[in-house]
Amino acid sequence: MGKARPAGARRPAPRTPVKANPNPFEVKVNRQKFQILGRKTRHDVGLPGVSRARAIRKRTQTLLKEYKDRDKSNVFKDKRFGEYNSDISPEEKMLKRFALEQQRHHEKKSIYNLNEDEELTHYGQSLADIEKHHDIVDSDSDAEDRGALSAELTAAHFGGGARLLQKTAPQEEEDKPKSRKELIEELIAKSKQEKREKQAQREDALELTEKLDQDWKEIQTLLSHRTPKSENREKEKPKPDAYDVMVRELGFEMKAQPSNRMKTEEELAKEEQERLRKLEAERLRRMLGKDEDEKTKKPRHMSADDLNDGFILDRDDRRLLSYKDGKMNVEDIQEGRSREASSLEEEEEGEESDEEEEEGQEESEGPDSCSDLDSNEDSEEDLEKPEEEQCQAPGGGSLSHGQRAGRAAGSELPYTFAAPESCEELRLLLSGRSVEEQLLVVERIQKCNHPSLAVGNKSKLEKLFGFLLEYVGDLATSDPPDLKAIDRLVLQLYNLCQMFPESASSSMQFVLRDAMHEMEEMIETRGRAALPGLDVLIYLKIAGLLFPTSDFRHPVVTPALMCMSQILTKCPVLSLRDVVKGLFVCCLFLDYVSLSRRFIPELVNFLLGILYIAAPNKQSHGSMLVHPFRPHGKNSELLLLSSEDDVATWQRGSLPLHWASGPRALTTAEANHVRLSCLATGLALLRRCVLMYGALPSFHAIFRPLRGLLKEHQGARSHPPELQELAQSILTDIENQTQLCRPLICEKSKPVPLKLFTPRLVRVLEFGRKQGSTKEEQERKRLIHKHKREFKGAIREIRKDNQFLARMQLSEIMERDAERKRKVKQLFNSLATQEGEWKALKRKKFKK
Amino acid sequence: MEREPGREGARRALGRLLQAVLASRGEANAVFDILAVLQSEDPEEIQEAIHTCSRLFGALLERGELFVGQLPPEDAVLAGSHGATRKYKIWMRHRYHSCRNCLGELLAHPTFRVKELALKTLMKFVQLEGAHPLEKPKWEGQYLFPRTLFRAVVGGLLSPEHDHSLLLSQFREYLEFDDIRYHVMQAASDAVAQVTSQHPEVSLAFWNNAFTLLSAVSLPRQERDISSFYVKHTEPSDTWKVAHLKEHRKTFQMMWLSFLKHKLPLSLYKKVLVTMHDTILPHLAQPTLMIDFLTEACDVGGAISLLALNGLFILIHTHNLEYPDFYQKLYGLLDPSIFHVKYRARFFHLADVFLSSSHLPAYLVAAFAKRLSRLALMAPPEALLMVLPFICNLLRRHPACRVLVHRPRGPGESELDADPYDPEEEDPAKSRALESCLWELQTLQQHYHPEVSRAASVISQALSVPEVSIAPLLELTAYEIFERDLKKKPSELVPLEFVPAQGLLGSREDACAQCFTLG
Repeated sequence: MGKARPAGARRPAPRTPVKANPNPFEVKVNRQKFQILGRKTRHDVGLPGVSRARAIRKRTQTLLKEYKDRDKSNVFKDKRFGEYNSDISPEEKMLKRFALEQQRHHEKKSIYNLNEDEELTHYGQSLADIEKHHDIVDSDSDAEDRGALSAELTAAHFGGGARLLQKTAPQEEEDKPKSRKELIEELIAKSKQEKREKQAQREDALELTEKLDQDWKEIQTLLSHRTPKSENREKEKPKPDAYDVMVRELGFEMKAQPSNRMKTEEELAKEEQERLRKLEAERLRRMLGKDEDEKTKKPRHMSADDLNDGFILDRDDRRLLSYKDGKMNVEDIQEGRSREASSLEEEEEGEESDEEEEEGQEESEGPDSCSDLDSNEDSEEDLEKPEEEQCQAPGGGSLSHGQRAGRAAGSELPYTFAAPESCEELRLLLSGRSVEEQLLVVERIQKCNHPSLAVGNKSKLEKLFGFLLEYVGDLATSDPPDLKAIDRLVLQLYNLCQMFPESASSSMQFVLRDAMHEMEEMIETRGRAALPGLDVLIYLKIAGLLFPTSDFRHPVVTPALMCMSQILTKCPVLSLRDVVKGLFVCCLFLDYVSLSRRFIPELVNFLLGILYIAAPNKQSHGSMLVHPFRPHGKNSELLLLSSEDDVATWQRGSLPLHWASGPRALTTAEANHVRLSCLATGLALLRRCVLMYGALPSFHAIFRPLRGLLKEHQGARSHPPELQELAQSILTDIENQTQLCRPLICEKSKPVPLKLFTPRLVRVLEFGRKQGSTKEEQERKRLIHKHKREFKGAIREIRKDNQFLARMQLSEIMERDAERKRKVKQLFNSLATQEGEWKALKRKKFKK
Repeated sequence: MEREPGREGARRALGRLLQAVLASRGEANAVFDILAVLQSEDPEEIQEAIHTCSRLFGALLERGELFVGQLPPEDAVLAGSHGATRKYKIWMRHRYHSCRNCLGELLAHPTFRVKELALKTLMKFVQLEGAHPLEKPKWEGQYLFPRTLFRAVVGGLLSPEHDHSLLLSQFREYLEFDDIRYHVMQAASDAVAQVTSQHPEVSLAFWNNAFTLLSAVSLPRQERDISSFYVKHTEPSDTWKVAHLKEHRKTFQMMWLSFLKHKLPLSLYKKVLVTMHDTILPHLAQPTLMIDFLTEACDVGGAISLLALNGLFILIHTHNLEYPDFYQKLYGLLDPSIFHVKYRARFFHLADVFLSSSHLPAYLVAAFAKRLSRLALMAPPEALLMVLPFICNLLRRHPACRVLVHRPRGPGESELDADPYDPEEEDPAKSRALESCLWELQTLQQHYHPEVSRAASVISQALSVPEVSIAPLLELTAYEIFERDLKKKPSELVPLEFVPAQGLLGSREDACAQCFTLG
């Protein structure tokens, strides 16, 4: 302990308990039952006396004060800085107070008063003054001798006069040596004169310059070709030169970015190919359904500029410029459509051809002139296009109206259409028009309501898809079905679908659900259902056109497949019309799986049934027939020819689709022709099946039931030779297919990892119970527990406060009583002394 | 007697007559008037008459004013020299009999209310006659039951002309009583025998009536339950046959056998077989007597065979029946239409039960698995979703059959030229299924429906141990699958076709464009 400690260290920290050796009677030991590792013991030793003293002190400082001030309305507040803080040394306290005072002194009176700033100084001089000080010295002279004093002056001032003397030495030889005082005076005079000369010189120069300017202005008018008028205007505001403007604009404009060179034909073709390949790869991925289980949800990228209006620049609006065999490959559809339109509408034609010309120009100019700018221009143009069209359409119409009024009067169509709000409206718009006009109307509705034009247009066009779909259904159910119009409208549906996939898929689902529901109801009530109408078949076909049919699972295509399966298994074939419908559904099925090559049992079953009902001798083949067909009964000979004479007149051709709808009486010859056509179609479809399913492992098991029937057809004398050949070729196809019977082997499963014995960690809560419950429950319990403890503590504190107050009041009362007693005693005393004195006086009187 | 028109009038008139008959024996001839009203045209009047008869003969039975014992013919008695009271009783008993006959005929009345009322009245007579028997007991404590009356009731119910299903459902409440049930069983077998012997061609209505009545009979499971009698006896005895469940069972068995030995209509066969395992077989005294019926039903084919198999299975399972061709029959039932018929769910439920034993030989299970997977090649998706787990369950139960999906190639083995399985073979033992593999399931992995494809892909991994319950899949319909597909929310955007549409029929290579024109 010999070392002297620093003063600060010696002072004990205020928190540390002082008791090194406390009185054992003042210590309360909280005995611990068990020693637990890792538990922090905070309250093993209690000091009741100390803590009581602390509590009392605190109460005297707070509660007692309040109690004493209870009847007072004014409060005395000591706001001196650090008055009651013993931690700060008096010097620091004083410093702080001074600083505060200064601060208060300099505090702004008002934040709007800007002038009341503290004055800043530089070397004791106010900075404001310095700023106000005008530098009279001109810039010319400034440059010469600012700061740098002349050598003479310096030498005279700081050289101690030695050099001055030296310099003046030769003069001394001529004249009398001058005295030092004289020398200095001379020097001063000299320098003054020098300054004066300089001043004069400068003034001259200024004068000269001004004069020169004046002269120049006079002759300037002669030099330039300007009229004085222009001069005047120039004075007011110099007019920007075209060149200047250009230069300035170029300066401000975004620099043309170096872009790729114009692509050659091969490159463009390659790019297109690349795009298609990418799409195809995406399709394949969906077809295999690999990612279905992973379900990685990637948020779709959205540009910061996206208005969320479904307007996607690079999906359908951009016309991809591509070349094919040296010619520009403009999108066929659009061109074709515009051509059809042009035959009716010259204005439209003009517009469209303008557009084409523009494109042509662009193409011809492209490579040499603006090759580096076109990437920007293209997109801008595309963006503006719909608006342009929108604006042009009415204007153009009014312009050319007079010229062509006579010719086009009959078929005049308005140029703008409000989007229909219901299917009836659409029907009204379209009814009674030719196919081309209908197309034009739909196209114009689409253009007038492009989502980039107004906010609500998106939902309008979304609805349009549903209405169009309904309209297509109407067309299909009408008699005779207007299939040509549907054929054209499909393109519109495709375009709309590309714009709004979500709503298109939901309205497609709605239509399918409707059809399916109807069938299900019929099955429930009657046990079987009639084949649905042509509209449902058309819907199914459209679903296949709009959505990728090869996906492993697709929200529209998978239900559509189920619907077709239901049609082929649940609906009995009762007439030739049903056969045609069934065959159409078979075609649809085949088209749906043409890429994915998936297996469809219903299709094979149905074709088997078709062959069966067309076979002349069928006794032995009925065993493999399944539901919609029956081995016996009136419908089992539906496709059997009634007379063989019609075979000669039959020509093989495609089946017209409208046969599938509408009751139509057929003559026997016609009926026989239809039968033969159906059989031919059935065989053709079967052939496709055979080719498609060749790779399936149980190919022969699938087609085994068909062989006998095919042989029957091949040998049937009633059939035309074409059909016999077809059956023969299918048979050879089936037989040539080599079967791969590779024994099945399970994939090796991954070895199960060993169990790891990591200890289970259980959080120990503040209170020991209920550890198994959930986290929220635990948290709630913990809070409840805490609240309870706090509540108890608060009650205890309040009770103690009351006790303290009572004690204080008691002591007050006792004090008051004691005082009173003391005073009474005093009074008595004084009275007694008075009495005593008075008596003594009396006694004295008596004595006297 | 003058007749007042209307129901009220009839009632008042009948009430007066009733009072008169009951009051004095001298007015007994009024009974004829009452009985005449029973044959009236008006259903309302008939109902009134039935009520009156019920009250009249009910009172007479209770009073004991009917002749007890062997009834002599009416003419002989009236001519003979008996006491007046005896004559009256015999005469009255004859009226009672004619009333019973009338009521029995009314059971075939077109109005249901009349039928119902007649039945109720007859049953009331049965009760009263049971309590006050009209024949003398031959010995002390003999069990007396109005058999002739009751037989007439049952005969009326089982009419060959009319469908009495509604009346029979009313009659069902009497079947709760043990004695009624016992006598119904007896009377029914008699009635069936009688009708079939009288008519060469028995009408469908009779069979339906008989089946409705027979299937309404359900025996209690335990002996002590036999205690509720419709006819209240003063001193019931243990020696009576009617008090023993064993006798009940015997009669039950006799009734069914007498019913089933006739050639039934096909629809009735199905109905009988559906209830066979549940309500008939457990109550028979000798269930093995059903073997003949079941085996014959088994040979009918289709749904009936299947249902018969259910009964047979119970006999095999619990009564040690030796039936060697059972599984062969079941195997024979598997044909392509099995996935398209209405009783598909029942069939597969039963097949699951039949094939649930783990002691079946491997060749048999393999043959079933192979056959089912062959048939699956022609099945619609809703059936596939059920049958694929079914096949997998078979493989799980019988590890020996796992070679069907996992056959590691030995050193000497090579690829097979053709499937060794013979689909035409009827005997599963000879079908060589164990040498084959389930290539069909591999094919179905290419099925167009994603769920089916996934279900078929199960075999390419080692099968998980727990079996999949097929119970919820049995009733699956295509519509449910369709709805499920629609409800499935796509995880990403709806993918779109990127090849632009070229018209309704699509591009030139499509099947639609080749086979159809828009014409």
